[in-house]
Amino acid sequence: MAEVALDKVGKVFESRSGRVNALSAVDLRVARNEFVAIVGASGCGKSTLLNLVAGFEHPTGGTVRVDGKLVERPGPDRGVVFQQSALFPWLTVRRNIAFGLGLAANRSRTLKGPSVDQILKRVGLAAFANHFPAQLSGGMRQRAAIAGVLVIDPGVLLMDEPFGALDALTRSLMQDFLLELWEENRKTVLLVTHDINEAVYLADRLVIMAGHPGRVREIVPVDLPRPRRYALQAEPEFIRLRDHVTRIVRDEAAKAAATEAAGVESAAA
Amino acid sequence: MSDAATLTKDDAALAAPVEIERRGQSAGARRLTALLLYIAFPGAVLVIWQILASAGFYRRAILPPPTDIAVVLFDLVFGSLGEAGRYSGSWSDHTLNSLWRVFAGFAWGGGLGTLLGLLIGLSRVVEKLFDPTVQVLRNVPVTAWVPLSLIFFGIGNQPAIFLIGLGAFFPAVLNSTHGVRQLNRTLHKAGQMMGANQSEMLVRVILPAALPSVMTGLRLSMGIAWVLVVVAEILAVRSGLGYLLNDAYQFYRNDVVIASMLSIGVLGFLCDRIVVFVRDRLLEWNRLESYDG
Repeated sequence: MAEVALDKVGKVFESRSGRVNALSAVDLRVARNEFVAIVGASGCGKSTLLNLVAGFEHPTGGTVRVDGKLVERPGPDRGVVFQQSALFPWLTVRRNIAFGLGLAANRSRTLKGPSVDQILKRVGLAAFANHFPAQLSGGMRQRAAIAGVLVIDPGVLLMDEPFGALDALTRSLMQDFLLELWEENRKTVLLVTHDINEAVYLADRLVIMAGHPGRVREIVPVDLPRPRRYALQAEPEFIRLRDHVTRIVRDEAAKAAATEAAGVESAAA
Repeated sequence: MSDAATLTKDDAALAAPVEIERRGQSAGARRLTALLLYIAFPGAVLVIWQILASAGFYRRAILPPPTDIAVVLFDLVFGSLGEAGRYSGSWSDHTLNSLWRVFAGFAWGGGLGTLLGLLIGLSRVVEKLFDPTVQVLRNVPVTAWVPLSLIFFGIGNQPAIFLIGLGAFFPAVLNSTHGVRQLNRTLHKAGQMMGANQSEMLVRVILPAALPSVMTGLRLSMGIAWVLVVVAEILAVRSGLGYLLNDAYQFYRNDVVIASMLSIGVLGFLCDRIVVFVRDRLLEWNRLESYDG
């Protein structure tokens, strides 16, 4: 279990069409075993932030540290669950989940995660161990992807819109499933989502981001009791918080749209 | 509802293969219908051909009827009737010669092409070194290489195997490069995130992902090898089914010409089936992903 620390992190993308200020002076601390959700309108840099912690991208300013160590490249101490489940189509479910364990980098680590058989049962895929990913439903694929990450026992779990491609009912069931897994065995989680309901339901704290340039607009603690169950989503306290966050995100999205329109006009003039 | 076990039951129904049942037909009747459909067209062509040739609409020697060709083919193979004249019983020698050339050319052209294609896909340096040359040379029809290959190698197996391999080389290069390049970004990221080093990434992620495309390339290579074995045996070597076909043409034995064509068609088909068989063994998962799986 690890803590994540971002100090004055900036990220500028340079391309032929110009410079994009994706992130500017982002400070964020995620404590050990804390569940933090990052929300914001599209284009606010929330996925970029996750990619920096994962090591897929490098900051152009500031530092990203996990457990005090500078993040330089992707690695098994930071497990990532992608929106499109990253299962290898040529491996069965069992071999997909065991993929990480067979790599040299993980054979030298001491892993306290579940065994492949334990996790297969826990995610409800024991009967599908010898199926290929193409034979699974979207929800099953995402559970297999989560299982594959949990067996390599990462200190931090990074999730980039993990349920974004699922239908509403499956998404809701997967949220409960993730909640249970996390309450059984807490980890530091950084979840990027555009679903504010999901963020409030799952997280200890919400980081609301604003765009142009991407920055932290507000951090909102979620003081709802745990363990949480589905019925919580009907409680006035839950609804009040969700509406509060929705209003901020909508305001920021409207401002961003206005800035963009103004930008187009000034460019035209 | 939040129980993983409840989720599984719903998902099981989703994952079960869907059988489309046709009403009012037993399995045997369905198979018979399929068989009739398969033979309907070639059967009709053969019957009409037989009638036209037997009825004397044109000289039999120009386009002999299917029954004559069947007899000649039998004699080509077994040499017991003498119907094929000087070619009687020569089928197996010619066939073995052609098969050997096809597989030798396929082996060097397909093998080297796949290797180079993978390297071009993997390395920008190799790409810069070889890709422009490949892109220009692949536009030169292999038949244009015939004069040079005869000058270099003379008449014999060498120019034939050279030409066949050259033809097999290009589809193997292009498709294996494509196989490496089309790797899903997310899978690459997932491999890195899991901790795969460079060689693990190559062996466990990049090559398996490229394999379907590599096999497509090899299938095309095999097809081209059979085209070129005939070209090579007409122009560069004095044995094989292509030589038999051309020699019989010189002596106005159109029955032998057609029997050779038929042999080439069937052998080419069987070789394609071999490649498809190997592919399907290696790529069970890929059939599930595609529409016709």
